Amino acid sequence: MSKMDRRSFLRFGGLCVLGLGVLSGAEVLAEKQLKAAPASPALVGKKWAMVIDMKKCWEAGKGECRDCILACHRAHNVPDIANPKEEVKWIWTEPYEEVFLDQKQEYTAEGIQGKPFLVLCNHCDNPPCARVCPTKATFKREDGIVMMDYHRCIGCRFCMAACPFGARSFNFRDPRPLLPKLNPDFPTREMGVVEKCNFCAERLEAGALPLCVEACRQGALVFGDLEDGNSEVRTILRSRFTMRRRPELGTGPNVYYAI
Amino acid sequence: MLEKALMGGKRYWSWLILLLAMMSVGFRFYLLQLNQGLTITGMSRDVSWGLYIAQFTFLVGVAASAVMVVLPYYLHNVKAFGQITIFGEFLAVSSVIMCLLFVIVDLGKPMRLLNMLLYPTPNSILFWDVIVLSGYLLLNIVIGWNVLEAERKAVSPPDWVKPLVYVSIPWAVSIHTVTAFIYSGLPGRDYWLTALMAARFLASAFACGPALLILLLLIIKTLSKFDPGREAIQKLAQIVTYAMVISLFFVGLEFFTAFYSQVPGHMHSLAYLFAGLDGHGKLIPFMWAFAFLAIGALILLLNPRTRQQESTLKVACGAVFASLWLEKGLGLVVAGFIPNAFGEVAEYLPTAPEILIALGIWATGALILTVLYKVAVSVKEEVA
Ligand code: SF4
Ligand code: SF4
Repeated sequence: MSKMDRRSFLRFGGLCVLGLGVLSGAEVLAEKQLKAAPASPALVGKKWAMVIDMKKCWEAGKGECRDCILACHRAHNVPDIANPKEEVKWIWTEPYEEVFLDQKQEYTAEGIQGKPFLVLCNHCDNPPCARVCPTKATFKREDGIVMMDYHRCIGCRFCMAACPFGARSFNFRDPRPLLPKLNPDFPTREMGVVEKCNFCAERLEAGALPLCVEACRQGALVFGDLEDGNSEVRTILRSRFTMRRRPELGTGPNVYYAI
Repeated sequence: MLEKALMGGKRYWSWLILLLAMMSVGFRFYLLQLNQGLTITGMSRDVSWGLYIAQFTFLVGVAASAVMVVLPYYLHNVKAFGQITIFGEFLAVSSVIMCLLFVIVDLGKPMRLLNMLLYPTPNSILFWDVIVLSGYLLLNIVIGWNVLEAERKAVSPPDWVKPLVYVSIPWAVSIHTVTAFIYSGLPGRDYWLTALMAARFLASAFACGPALLILLLLIIKTLSKFDPGREAIQKLAQIVTYAMVISLFFVGLEFFTAFYSQVPGHMHSLAYLFAGLDGHGKLIPFMWAFAFLAIGALILLLNPRTRQQESTLKVACGAVFASLWLEKGLGLVVAGFIPNAFGEVAEYLPTAPEILIALGIWATGALILTVLYKVAVSVKEEVA
């Protein structure tokens, strides 16, 4: 069930309880149909994925550029927390050797030694985070996006133990006072829930690409549908050598790194 | 029967007041946690479970260990346990209540707890754990209470209690197995990803639960007219001995696989615990304390003379309990998160508020246990 469906359903239920009854329920349903009727601009895919060309990123940004990170964190109301223990992050960088732990060796090519690699949720094919969640607050959508319902999450952090990529953050304190600037168009989170990258599901719905993809002036991040043979991601995957993080664990990460 | 809990001497009441005081301190800090968030604990983005979940895990074991008195009595007719099954069952009741409290204080959004039942998710092990724990709690309350009531009236318990007892035996095994599955089914946490986990959990549970029960029974013996009997204590001591040997054997197996295979992922957590990793080693003293206590306990238990003598048996049981607490109630959970997904070591130690909240819950368990034991002992004194 998509997030929208669930929301409207909850609203429907809520109104009924309030005694406004069937009428309002019908209204909600009608409103939804109206929205769905005109050809929606939404981008649809069967299996969203991202290919990151780190070389492009370093060449232009000299390792200093943080455009994609800032754009994402601002837009999604990710708080600025200095304490690394409580940091909340959706997309950030880690050195090559730590991102690809299993590839760590003494004689790594100079070009990539210690270089920053972007990391984010991999929107895994077989996500252990969703498997362990006791409330379905983390769930996998039809289009492959691993989504979270911040209103349902009970903050048990089972998903954090289950994610082998360190992609999830917990709100150890109220994040709202720590927002550099509030974006009123995206919900803020409450203290006590887990959060992570959502592949910009809200933007896809409006027909836009994920913000990090758009924010990168070098075009280092490419987003698309893996099931579409003509998509840009598939074109790159056909022609370039790519790696994924910890494929041996069987989670099926959908973020690829072109080397 | 409950009225018996209200008739106690001065010592009884001062003990209860002490526990209530600890509970209120814990509660006071829990309010602080509700207000400020889990930031008041030592947990972090990397070590996202700590003392609370570790206590939960440890206490599920204590709860499950009731089966070690129930099973011999009901399935093997070990008469010596006839008088003490009730104490095993009541220990299980208070342990499960503590477990549930530890799950609740660990939640970031405790007021949404019911979401677990409103949106039942059979693929989540945590969901199953809450189900089996609640069931086990109910079973033990119903069984314990009815058996005791019957004893008081000097009749045999109602017929429907027996089947429940039989159900409670595999059920006890299930609670700790399911709890082990929380850990042993996660990709990328090499320290936990071992099929041995459930077996290890059960073995250590069957050592530390009965060890605690021995200590409790000996306390009861000095404080009341009820005597559990030497045979019962000695039988329990044998169980503790076997379970402790198996438990340490299992720990040894983990060491062998890790260090003979030399696979880094399998060595790292153990290395962190006992020797430190990348210059981090806050848990080293605790883990060596575990090792020494465990070996000391084993020496006292294996030697028939020290096992049979009450004074040394007490020391051995205390050492079993403390060592397994260090191993399971601290090291096991924390080390699973070390190193993190990026191979870095982020350390964890509980903070003072966290410890006080945990102590508050232990005090709650002790209070429930005291009241239940008081009732049971009064009935036994009355009947005798
Ligand atoms: S990267 Fe982690 S959080 Fe994202 S889908 Fe995979 S397991 Fe879940
Ligand atoms: S913390 Fe929230 S999203 Fe994660 S497993 Fe628990 S309920 Fe699910």
